[in-house]
Amino acid sequence: MTKKASVTISPKKSCREFAKKVKQLSGQNLQLCYQCGMCSGNCPAAPNMDISPRRIIELARLGLEEEIAGSRTVWVCASCLACAVNCPRGFDLSKVMEALRLLTLRKNVDRVRPEDIPPEKRSELPQIAMVSGLRKFTG
Amino acid sequence: MSLAYYPGCTLKTRARNLEEPAVASMKVLGLQLDEVPRWNCCGGVYSLAEDDLIHQVAPIRNLIRVKKQGKTELVTLCAFCLNTLKRANLLMKEDVEKRNTINSFIDEGLDYSGEVEVVHLLEVLRDYVGWDVVSQMVKLPLLGLKVAPYYGCTLLRPREVAIDNVESPVIFRDFLKALGARPVDFPESTRCCGSYQIVSSPDDIAEYARPILNSALSQGAEALVLTCPLCDYNLGEGQQELMKKNSGFRRMPQFYFTQLLALALGLDPKICHFELNYGKPESLLRIKNLLA
Repeated sequence: MTKKASVTISPKKSCREFAKKVKQLSGQNLQLCYQCGMCSGNCPAAPNMDISPRRIIELARLGLEEEIAGSRTVWVCASCLACAVNCPRGFDLSKVMEALRLLTLRKNVDRVRPEDIPPEKRSELPQIAMVSGLRKFTG
Repeated sequence: MSLAYYPGCTLKTRARNLEEPAVASMKVLGLQLDEVPRWNCCGGVYSLAEDDLIHQVAPIRNLIRVKKQGKTELVTLCAFCLNTLKRANLLMKEDVEKRNTINSFIDEGLDYSGEVEVVHLLEVLRDYVGWDVVSQMVKLPLLGLKVAPYYGCTLLRPREVAIDNVESPVIFRDFLKALGARPVDFPESTRCCGSYQIVSSPDDIAEYARPILNSALSQGAEALVLTCPLCDYNLGEGQQELMKKNSGFRRMPQFYFTQLLALALGLDPKICHFELNYGKPESLLRIKNLLA
C-alpha cells in the first residue's frame, strides 16, 4: 500500500505554510494524532491508496506538500468517516482529506472533468452521484 | 399530524421506488408528509472545510423554507440528504459567527439559527409512531423474509448526527421486526459502499460491494434493505459486475425500507415500483408468498 518506505525531511522540503493552511482549512489540530493507525485499519478505501491515512497526517504536519501532491490517497477517500468515529484522539481525518483536496482544486485543477465522463454514463448515474462527485472533484 | 418533507433530487427520478411507497405508507399511519415548497438540492455532501460557507447556503435555504412553512421538524428518506441537512443545521445552531455571515448572505428576510429538527423517516417510525403501532397496522407480515439491514455511512456518521448508536445500531433491525421479517445482522452493515467514487473510479466499485454483499450472504440473508439511492446504485452495479466476473457470485435482491413498509401495510405493490430495483426482488417475494 505504501508508496515509499522512507521520506527525507529537510528544512528545504518542509513547508510550514502548507501545514498551517491544512490546519486552517480543516480546523483540526494535526498534533493531536499519535500515529496509532486506527484510521488506516478502519478505512475501506485503504487498499486503493498509495499513502496510508495515518501517514497522510504525518506528512501534512511535517509540511511535506510534494509527497502528498502526487498521491492518489486524498482522491480515493470517500469521506465515509470510519476514521473519525474510530479515532481515540477525536481527530477528524475526513476534514484533513478535504483540506488537501481543496488545496489542489483551488489552483483551478479539477480531478474529474464532467466532459470526460462518457455521455451514456452521465445519463445513467443518479443525480446523487453526479452532484456529490462533482462537489468533491471539481473546484 | 403533518410533517415537512424533503425529497431530494434522486427521489424524483431513479429512486421513485424509495419515495412513492413512503408517502402512501405514512398516510396509512396517520402522518401526512408535506413537501417543502420550492426545495432545492441540498448539495449531496456536507462541506467539510472551515472557510467554505458558500456550500452551506443550499441546505440552509431549505431549512429556512421549513421555518417559513411553520414546521418544526423536517423528514428525509435519503440518508445523504439527512446527513447534509442535519450537519448544516448543527452548524447554524452552534457557530454564532458563521451563522451571522450565512444569514446576512442568504437574506431571505428571516434569520435562521437551527430551530428545525432534521429527522429520518426511520426515526419518525420509532419515535413518533412507535414500533408497536407499526406492528399493529401490518396486514401482510413479511414472515420468513431474511433481510440484512444495510446502514452505510451517513445515517450513523459523524457521531453528532447519528440516528442510533454508532457502533451497534438497532433501529433498522427493530423496523424489520415490526414488519414481521427476520432481520439478519452482518458485520459489514456500516461499511462504505464507495459513495461518490463511482464518478472518479468506477472500476473500484465492485470491490467496495464485494465484502458487504459477501458478509450479508454468509449470515444467511436473502435480501438487503437500504435507505440511500447512492448505496443502492453502487451495490446494484457492483453485484452485476461481480456476477459477470465470477459466475458463482449469488444475486442479492435489494429493497428500500419504504417498499417493505408499504408491502407489509397491505398497500398496492404497484406503488413500490419493484421494477426499478436491483437483484430481482419480485421473484423472492413470490417464493415467500408475499406477492401475487
